[in-house]
Amino acid sequence: MLDLALKGKRGYWGWLIFLLVIMGIGLGCYIYQFQEGLKITGMSRDVSWGFYIAQFTYLVGIAAGGVMVALPCYLHDYKAFGRITVLGEFLAIAAVVMCLLFIFVDLGNPVRIMNVIMYPTPNSILFWDMIVLNGYLFLNILIGWNVLSAERKGLHHPGWVTPLIYLSIPWAFSIHTVTAFLYAGLPGRHFWLTAIMAARFLSSAFAAGPALLILLCLIVRKVSKFDPGKEQIRTLGGIVAYAMIINVFFVLLEFFTAFYSQIPGHMHGLIFLFKGLDGHTQLVPWMWTATVFAALALILLIIPATRRKEDTLAVACVAVFISTWIDKGLGLVIAGFTPNPFNRVFDYWPTMPELFIAIGVWATGFFVLTILYKIVISVKEEIAA
Amino acid sequence: MGVDRRQFLKIAGVAALAGLGGKAAVDILAPGDVEASMKALPLTEGKRWAMVINMPELNDEIMNKCIAACHEEHNVPEFGDPKVEVKWLWKEDYHHSFPDHHNEYIDEKYEHKFLLLACNHCSNPPCCRVCPTQATWQREDGIVMMDWHRCIGCRFCMAACPYGSRSFNWGDPRKAPKDKNPDFPTNINYPTRSKGVVEKCTFCDERISKGQLPACVEAANKLKKNVLIFGDLADPDSNVRQVLSKNYTIRRKPDLGTEPNIFYIV
Amino acid sequence: MYDGGKIIIGLIIGIGFFTSPFFFNAGKAARRPEPELTQKAKDAKECVLETSYMKSSHMKLLDEWRQTFVRNDERYFTAKSGKVYYKSLQGTCLDCHSNKSRFCDQCHDYMGESPYCWECHIEPKESK
Repeated sequence: MLDLALKGKRGYWGWLIFLLVIMGIGLGCYIYQFQEGLKITGMSRDVSWGFYIAQFTYLVGIAAGGVMVALPCYLHDYKAFGRITVLGEFLAIAAVVMCLLFIFVDLGNPVRIMNVIMYPTPNSILFWDMIVLNGYLFLNILIGWNVLSAERKGLHHPGWVTPLIYLSIPWAFSIHTVTAFLYAGLPGRHFWLTAIMAARFLSSAFAAGPALLILLCLIVRKVSKFDPGKEQIRTLGGIVAYAMIINVFFVLLEFFTAFYSQIPGHMHGLIFLFKGLDGHTQLVPWMWTATVFAALALILLIIPATRRKEDTLAVACVAVFISTWIDKGLGLVIAGFTPNPFNRVFDYWPTMPELFIAIGVWATGFFVLTILYKIVISVKEEIAA
Repeated sequence: MGVDRRQFLKIAGVAALAGLGGKAAVDILAPGDVEASMKALPLTEGKRWAMVINMPELNDEIMNKCIAACHEEHNVPEFGDPKVEVKWLWKEDYHHSFPDHHNEYIDEKYEHKFLLLACNHCSNPPCCRVCPTQATWQREDGIVMMDWHRCIGCRFCMAACPYGSRSFNWGDPRKAPKDKNPDFPTNINYPTRSKGVVEKCTFCDERISKGQLPACVEAANKLKKNVLIFGDLADPDSNVRQVLSKNYTIRRKPDLGTEPNIFYIV
Repeated sequence: MYDGGKIIIGLIIGIGFFTSPFFFNAGKAARRPEPELTQKAKDAKECVLETSYMKSSHMKLLDEWRQTFVRNDERYFTAKSGKVYYKSLQGTCLDCHSNKSRFCDQCHDYMGESPYCWECHIEPKESK
């Protein structure tokens, strides 16, 4: 089927070349980072994780979000989603590829990455994250590829794929739960030390993942003869609505615990994000932007008329994507390190090379996604013809 | 003084015998002798190493000497930039060292009294729990060790440490500004680190194994006795246990359950 | 076969490209270097293990040393002769073999090896 990715119109090739150029710039910056060390980033001994790990965290959510198509389809026999499950699986593949790349570019000693496998350490959550992410990647490649090639031949997918599909559903929950555990088990980092972290991660993932999928479906409909379907998009819209409501609810729970208990450590992170701490207000405009977008998304998603109208649903999905990205792909990691163990606040902001490397990784993900979606579209068009 | 007089004489005697620090003497001795002499050194037999820091006795001169001794011994470079600096042993005021002991009526002289901080060599270390490669782990004698051959630089341990005791090599330490490090590397018998690994105080494992006190303790002892006291917490008769039973001491963030092994006499 | 001629030409260019280093370097093989011993090393007569083993497998010993030294706190090595050595690349190995450039480097260069030991361990100062 891979040959289908080699035949495309000019727009397709233009887009791929555009992504390759961005990937090249990112790679160039990465080579610079590889030679000089992570000092070229904005990270410091006080904010020792930054933009890379934040992107990683956000993208694990996007990858897990794909399950919101597979779950109704395979567990609730919601047949309409059968048309787009492969879109969810291929989105998950691209997202996990980005996750693994973001972990890689964040390592101080990337050449030693195999030490994680050579010295397996079950008490380290990072070890389990490596296992669940690679496992999820593998499952989605197997499932997506086999389901699509069966569909191309007009057959049902082979029997051995079915148990893998059932396995992939709890596995999707596991990747984001384990990612939350990276943060939620660290003593002395009050902002992260919350039992609701995994639940929050999952709810924001199930809002952001399907929101991105809706946008991708709308793009697919525009650029190809394959229509993912009105009903499918409408159902996804409902899923995004519920997940976003739960996500915002969970965030508000954090506010209650912090501010009703009045424990300084629990309040500091939230104060830093929304009001600024000790005069450090860098993230405040971002977090209020996220709040406005979340409110806008909720209004558009809760009112049935705007949720069912594809134009306004698209606006809501963009708002969900931006809002959850600021929350998880920016605020979460930085606020976790603020204030530092000495109650001091240090600013962190990504540097240009750091941003270019991150954008390069995103471009790589979209490159993979474009090729995979091109194959899906070609197969679907072939079947329809 | 870190060890009592009797212990010190014992160490000094055996040390002279084994020519500690000079491996030439070790080479000359037959293997049995070496092992016997190593056994006889109390400093190599600790079960739970700990340090007591006598805060009222600390002054700038002592602290600076201790830090210099440590950083020279372990080739810790000076970057002059708080964002990337590497610290094994450093000065910090009471207010920031014990952020959970706030009291707005506390006297200035206590609030901003400086003290020495280092890795606490916790009995229940979160850093070791999170390390994905066992590049940092707890030895049987309680020392939280680092294996710089193995560290992949994921910095999970830095996120896990509630004491800010871990430093990352954001760049190559050998490229640290020359004007700030004219003699770097200061100790040719100790490695530097490569870029991309995490480092921290190891309670001078390299000195303890030779029967010597940690560099900071030795430096402090030269100026004043009983300011830094190093010994074995597992031994009820040890110097540290005696000091702990006679003085009121506090530890940093004890409610996190990490069981720090550096104690501060208030 | 479609485009058979083009494929064959492509294959020839490809094979030519990948084998070019062989043609390029043919007949120009560098002389195999012999590690040079310092006077101190000569006087010692023996290394921590047999010379033949050290020549072929010193990296294994060094790897074992660094593991046991750092991780197991086993800091001394007893040679067959009964002599005890402090396990230290910087302090023991290169104390004898202080001519790193002629003892270590020329052979590593010849073999195309670039061990990263020296990123951290400090090289002895050599008198030229």
